[in-house]
Amino acid sequence: MEHLKPIERLETLSNVMSFLTPFDYEFFRNGFIAAVVIGALCGFIGVYVVLRRMSYIGHGLSHAIFGGAVLSYVWNINFFLGGGLWALLSGVLIHWVSHRRWVGADAAIGVVTTSSFALGVALISTRRTFTRNIEAALFGNILGITQRDVWIVVIVSLLVAGALFLIRRPLLFATFDPEVASAYGVSTGKIDLLFIMLLAATVLVSTQILGVTLVAAAIVIPPVIARYMTQRFQTLLIVSPLLGAFCGAAGMFLSFSFDISSAATIVLTSAALFILVEIILLARGRKPAPIHEHG
Amino acid sequence: MNPHDHRPGDPRSLHPSGIEERLWHRAAGVALVELTQVSSNYGDTVALQNVSLKIWPGQFMAIVGPNGGGKTTLLRTILGMVPVNSGHVLMRGESLSRSSLQRIGYVPQLETIDWNFPITVEEVITMGFFVKNRWLGGIGDTERRKLYNIMERLNLTGLGTRHIRELSGGQQQAVFIGRALVGDPELILLDEPASGLDIRSRDDVIHFLHEINHQGVAVVLTAHDLNWVAAHLPWAVCLNHRLIAEGRPNEIFNAEVLKEAYSGELVVIHQDGMVMIGERPHAPHN
Repeated sequence: MEHLKPIERLETLSNVMSFLTPFDYEFFRNGFIAAVVIGALCGFIGVYVVLRRMSYIGHGLSHAIFGGAVLSYVWNINFFLGGGLWALLSGVLIHWVSHRRWVGADAAIGVVTTSSFALGVALISTRRTFTRNIEAALFGNILGITQRDVWIVVIVSLLVAGALFLIRRPLLFATFDPEVASAYGVSTGKIDLLFIMLLAATVLVSTQILGVTLVAAAIVIPPVIARYMTQRFQTLLIVSPLLGAFCGAAGMFLSFSFDISSAATIVLTSAALFILVEIILLARGRKPAPIHEHG
Repeated sequence: MNPHDHRPGDPRSLHPSGIEERLWHRAAGVALVELTQVSSNYGDTVALQNVSLKIWPGQFMAIVGPNGGGKTTLLRTILGMVPVNSGHVLMRGESLSRSSLQRIGYVPQLETIDWNFPITVEEVITMGFFVKNRWLGGIGDTERRKLYNIMERLNLTGLGTRHIRELSGGQQQAVFIGRALVGDPELILLDEPASGLDIRSRDDVIHFLHEINHQGVAVVLTAHDLNWVAAHLPWAVCLNHRLIAEGRPNEIFNAEVLKEAYSGELVVIHQDGMVMIGERPHAPHN
């Protein structure tokens, strides 16, 4: 800034300060931390979700949690407790039904999650007093995040990330090559169940911020963008959470600046980044590798 | 040759190429893997019926037979992945256990691999270390030296950071053989390692397998190409749910055995100690 005149320096400083203005507000600080942490967590677990072709499960689990959220409200139970138990139950049910092979996994998810969502809707229709909370559950309420919520988000995120780190080897093996993993003694069934429970916990803490309708996007979009940038699994595990955290942070600033729903802005930021990467790759004449096609 | 005629040290078991002076002929008599009257089903469908088979240390064997004839099921049975309805499977005289399975490497069909999975050559081979070091701990210097050594043996040096899709068919097969090798197995099972490969790649693969076998590792593979088996492998098992014949390819690949296995007429030509199998052409349609 040495080449600037004093008045220009002041203007620049003022611009920087105005950039930081949102941090004057506690609701923004809480929301910002939660959005960044959740973005990173969703980006991290999303790598496995996308590679295991479980995107629909992430989407379904978030809808299932809606039933738990409404029940928690009706029974006056803490959201994280009620919703958490409901999410774990839904995850176990999906795992159980899909592994029984009576029906396909997609149908199992459809049955469990839509039933749970329908239960929530049915309960809402009997009571008309909690529209605001239900709206928050559907579309997120990042600006209503308290400091206690931030702590819960951080602790759950650390626990989920820690568990994923611990099982990273069998999880990678079971994701890449389940048949051989099983032959090598990896309990793929247990790994699948544990993973779906970790996903349920992720969706639960993300729901309060992003809402049940938008959580799936935060889980799916960052790893898809990251996949275009690297062919290496270990790099993907670093790039995807960074992208998720960036979209969380950028989305919060844009949301504050343009006064738009924070959850929607975070997801739209991810989508814009995705389009940008696509355009850059197309302009370079490089076709991104398809994720779900066999060579 | 009758399936149960062969014994370790039996000179009739030797391959004319002279590469067979190996451990399995001198084995003390305990088979590496022994299947006794093994039967297994997939639902109501019989997969294996009273199959008895011994795999000796250092043996190099092909399992041939028609599609759906139980070849892959046999490999999966040895790996303990298929429930056995009757009979038993022993490894070195003991029932299959986690520790015994650690002595077996498995290479699946390449068709089952997701070639767009974001993973490099090194990352795939490193998975082989997960068998013994399952949870914590990184890949140390010892493992890294071993990794590079195996990559060198399989002609993969310098390809470690390449995506697996960027390799030739033979190199891709070598990557998965490498993953099986890092666990120091006594036995490697390969499901159709030559399937879908061109002649050059198939040649590379059989070269790798001979190298591995020369170091004392027993190799059992399934294959469809009888001529490839006859040209390169010293021992073959013909399977169609039940074991039809076992022995040197040029002895068991005859019209009678192949008709029983494939339920069709095949032309078998024996010349200069070699055997060639061809399909009998159908009369052209008018």
